[in-house]
Amino acid sequence: MQVNENKDFEPVIVAFCCNWCSYAGADLSGTNRLNYPANVKIIRVPCSCRVNPMFILRAFQKGADGVILCGCHPGDCHYTSGNYYARRRMTLLFSMLDFLGIERDRTRVEWVSAAEGAKFAATMNEFVESVKKLGPNRRLEDLRCRKQ
Amino acid sequence: MLKIAIEKIDELFALVAQNQALYIPSDNKDGAAEYTRWSEGVKYSNALNTLRSAKDFFFPQTEDLVDFKMSGKNIEIIDIRKETEDFVIFGVRACDAKSFFILDNVYLSEPVDSYYKNRREHATVITMACSKPSETCFCSAFGIDATQPGGDVECASDGTSFFFEAKTEKGKAFIDSVSSLLSDGDTAELDNAKAKTKEILAKLPLAELSTESFGADKLTELFNSDKWAGLSESCLACGTCTFVCPTCQCYDIKDFDTGHGIKRYRCWDSCMYSDFTKMAHGNPRLTQLERFRQRFMHKLVYYPANYDGVFGCVGCGRCLAKCPISMNIVKVMKALEVK
Amino acid sequence: MQKAIIERAKQLLADGTVTRVIGWKKGDFAYDSTPAVFNSAEELDKDFIFDDFTASNVSKYLIKESQKEGKVLVFLKPCDTYSFNQLVKEHRINRENVYIVGIECYGKLDIEKIRAKGISGIQSVTNNDGTLTIETLYGTETMPAYEVMAERCLSCKSKKYVAYDELIGDDGEVMDSNRFDMVAQLEAMSSEERYNFWREQLSKCIRCNACRNVCPACSCERCVFDNDNSGIANKAPADSFEENMFHIIRAFHVAGRCTDCGECSRVCPQSIPLHLLNRKFIKDINELYGEYQAGADTDSRAPLTNYTQGDCEPSVVHERGVE
Repeated sequence: MQVNENKDFEPVIVAFCCNWCSYAGADLSGTNRLNYPANVKIIRVPCSCRVNPMFILRAFQKGADGVILCGCHPGDCHYTSGNYYARRRMTLLFSMLDFLGIERDRTRVEWVSAAEGAKFAATMNEFVESVKKLGPNRRLEDLRCRKQ
Repeated sequence: MLKIAIEKIDELFALVAQNQALYIPSDNKDGAAEYTRWSEGVKYSNALNTLRSAKDFFFPQTEDLVDFKMSGKNIEIIDIRKETEDFVIFGVRACDAKSFFILDNVYLSEPVDSYYKNRREHATVITMACSKPSETCFCSAFGIDATQPGGDVECASDGTSFFFEAKTEKGKAFIDSVSSLLSDGDTAELDNAKAKTKEILAKLPLAELSTESFGADKLTELFNSDKWAGLSESCLACGTCTFVCPTCQCYDIKDFDTGHGIKRYRCWDSCMYSDFTKMAHGNPRLTQLERFRQRFMHKLVYYPANYDGVFGCVGCGRCLAKCPISMNIVKVMKALEVK
Repeated sequence: MQKAIIERAKQLLADGTVTRVIGWKKGDFAYDSTPAVFNSAEELDKDFIFDDFTASNVSKYLIKESQKEGKVLVFLKPCDTYSFNQLVKEHRINRENVYIVGIECYGKLDIEKIRAKGISGIQSVTNNDGTLTIETLYGTETMPAYEVMAERCLSCKSKKYVAYDELIGDDGEVMDSNRFDMVAQLEAMSSEERYNFWREQLSKCIRCNACRNVCPACSCERCVFDNDNSGIANKAPADSFEENMFHIIRAFHVAGRCTDCGECSRVCPQSIPLHLLNRKFIKDINELYGEYQAGADTDSRAPLTNYTQGDCEPSVVHERGVE
């Protein structure tokens, strides 16, 4: 079955959130009753630096249409420098995915602090919209995982 | 003998492709020949051999075996086997044609591998006699005559025509189906060409290679040879030799979780890999020396021990051409040879 | 050249500087040398070869060899010395146990390129000042050597030795190379063209792991792709995703450590231009974090184990090149 490529398409978004800032930011947006789409599946990680490039690829393999990584703002890392390393890694990985022709709007990094519940919700809304426009992930998809 | 002019071969391809899938060697963008499904515009390549061997048709690199679906405590087993459609492979060289029989011994003896059998039964193999063997060829060491490649239909060229000769019932049916394009031809030129090829075969640098020092009865002395350490020390433990080999037949079975079910598939495995035949207690072959030895012992000793002295190598020369560090079965045989 | 190398090796063996030699062993044909360890002058005389086809980078063998007792002599081409340095930096090679003789290199020939010209039955190849004469079973062919020079040598990055104990010949310079041209060409394509290009290339992959196993930077004791417990072990290209995954991660794991020796592309039996993936990372690192050549030294911090507060954001990808 061809997945409906029109407006009905609801993308699956995986959001890796660091435990200390972004996960708390997501929490805050919840307690503030801010809306963000249910498409976003949050995976809590100890630090944005914990996210191995393979996590991102695996998320795509298992059906994600977009992957976003959220961490503490540069300079605010709970472990001092984790997000600086993550920043370099993700920059290079995203550039490589772009080089292989994977749509660049499917991946994103955003720095969200524990106090930025509103930013978290806004970021997710915006990201879901932009992935929706791209349609389902086909270029970095594992056909075996496609739902029949 | 029945023949068709070389420039008319596309007409024959078109006729065959009307009813069946037809695969022919064709040059890819890198200039290497690969089996390609024929369609208008795909040109037959006269290259000596294809990059990947023809075993892919019967024993593909990966293949789904069975699906599982779990619902609650029930596991549903879904048999995904389907009857393969008839297909024709054109232009198989003598070495690859022989390799099918080596695979048959393994896969068609009890318990029969139904996946393999399915494809094997639906294929018509049309071979092509060699006219320009390469320095890496050593099929004659294994008793193969490159000018008589066998198969269902044996094909050979004298430079202007392709000559066809049916070797099996399936081959006869094939010839009948294309007989409208074939005409009777004189084989004098062909016999000439074959004689010339034979001369070259005799002059090949590896023509003298002998299998006398190998076979089932040489097991202990070869296994315990002190040469293995030196031979294997440069081996990178990659699987290139295994994966380009037309006779390597080992596979691994794995389960893949698709998120909504399980796919059980098999894929080629290589004895050069550290996880080859890994079991609960670990790997039976701990060092590269043992893994390296396994590959050559299998081809030169274990296989002949199991199958009436037939060696598990056909001398196609792919591993000679492709090994990153140029270690190969010929070097192993020469080193272990008892003069 | 070969004679001078063998002579020097014999001297160093005789005066006890080294106990054994890593080099290349003669094969059955004009072009198939195998890396090997030589223990005596007799072995050197019998089998040691150095010619236009002795292309393997032998630095990776030193991981094992340098842990053994006694000093080992190794002959390294300029590009190999970068790999060597990188391995020293990562504490994989015991520098004390290695004696390096740097040997001049004018570029190596690629037998696949000769074969691609339809030349078969090769009996001998001789190089006379840049003109090749190839004797085959089917006649003699001549051609300029540069036509069949290995791809990586056509864009040689350096003739300088970054590690050596002595040299045969003179030290050279870091070269002004055009090695990023193809990467730039791809960057200038549309996303779809790039996708099609890489699908065509990576779909050829047979997962033989030759690229990984030959790579001096891939020196993990246990590769993540071989580890069943990693959850991502993938033995075969069972799906196009797995082809992409393997090659992205392989290149990523050596990003900032890859010296661009080009062995991955040399050994690929399917002729996939794998070096382009590595070069993409090198080019990005150079542009975003400053010029960096892995293996040029043994003490600098690698780009991915380093950072500055002012590093660009990952969104920089959106601002570069063609969508």
